[in-house]
Amino acid sequence: MEALAMGDYGVYVWSSFGLTLAVMIVTVWQARNHQNKIYREIEQRLKAMEEVK
Amino acid sequence: MWTFFHRLASPPHFYELANKIYPWIMVPGLALIAYGTYAGLFVAPVDYQQKDAFRIIYVHVPSAYLSMMAYMTMAISAGIGLIWRMKLAHAVAAAAAPIGAWFTFLALMTGSIWGRPMWGTWWEWGDPRLTSELILLFLYFGYLALRGAIDDQSKADRSSAVLALVGAINIPIIHFSVEWWSSLHQGATLVREGGPAITTDMLYPLLAMIFGFTLFFGAVLLKRVRTEVLARERRSRWVQKMIMPLEGRA
Repeated sequence: MEALAMGDYGVYVWSSFGLTLAVMIVTVWQARNHQNKIYREIEQRLKAMEEVK
Repeated sequence: MWTFFHRLASPPHFYELANKIYPWIMVPGLALIAYGTYAGLFVAPVDYQQKDAFRIIYVHVPSAYLSMMAYMTMAISAGIGLIWRMKLAHAVAAAAAPIGAWFTFLALMTGSIWGRPMWGTWWEWGDPRLTSELILLFLYFGYLALRGAIDDQSKADRSSAVLALVGAINIPIIHFSVEWWSSLHQGATLVREGGPAITTDMLYPLLAMIFGFTLFFGAVLLKRVRTEVLARERRSRWVQKMIMPLEGRA
């Protein structure tokens, strides 16, 4: 517990590392989400074009 | 060599290649970050002056470095796109912006969290390093807003490229702000006359984090550039063939 508390600085250190993890997850999630969204948009447009044909 | 670059700039070739390279960059990046986090939190000795609070350096310095590196990637790519009219370069610039904005936000937040116990304040408006880093975040927001506001892709590329290039002047200002003006922010830890200011057991985890963050940025950038390429090439035959192959069509 003492190692985790890091004197009086644990809250600052752990919140910084936690925030970093959150930002990393968000950047990967956003990249994946954006890719899926564009992919689906193109797929729907192509399907609509096929139906018109 | 020119053939290699010519092939690399070809959207279908890049799209395929980026997908193959992605895990080879992401996995070592995450491994380095995992090692750096463990060693930074539990192996590196306590700093004699800042005690355990110094451990914030292991996320603050890599994110601050990445905030500037991502901007330079964006500005150089935008410049290449503007001069040589290379669409892939504009795609790289557009893809780097949101990642850079997130890491600038992270650098500001971790800096603020570090500042509270060390300086006794979360924020100091008069500080040149803090203010110039905040301007960097606004430059990213401006770049993203400008791109979003223009429907025409080539106009958005050109206008945002000019903004990215003009904003690049802020990068040396951020870097040298602690030398040029009086600042609460400490001076350079790694790149300084006489070598790094920290011992090797503190240094190695920090280097691992910096390289790990760089690889992580590279991997996320590749993923985002692929999406940019896909969006820009949505009407081309190769994209149509890839998404709706002949056998899948009605």
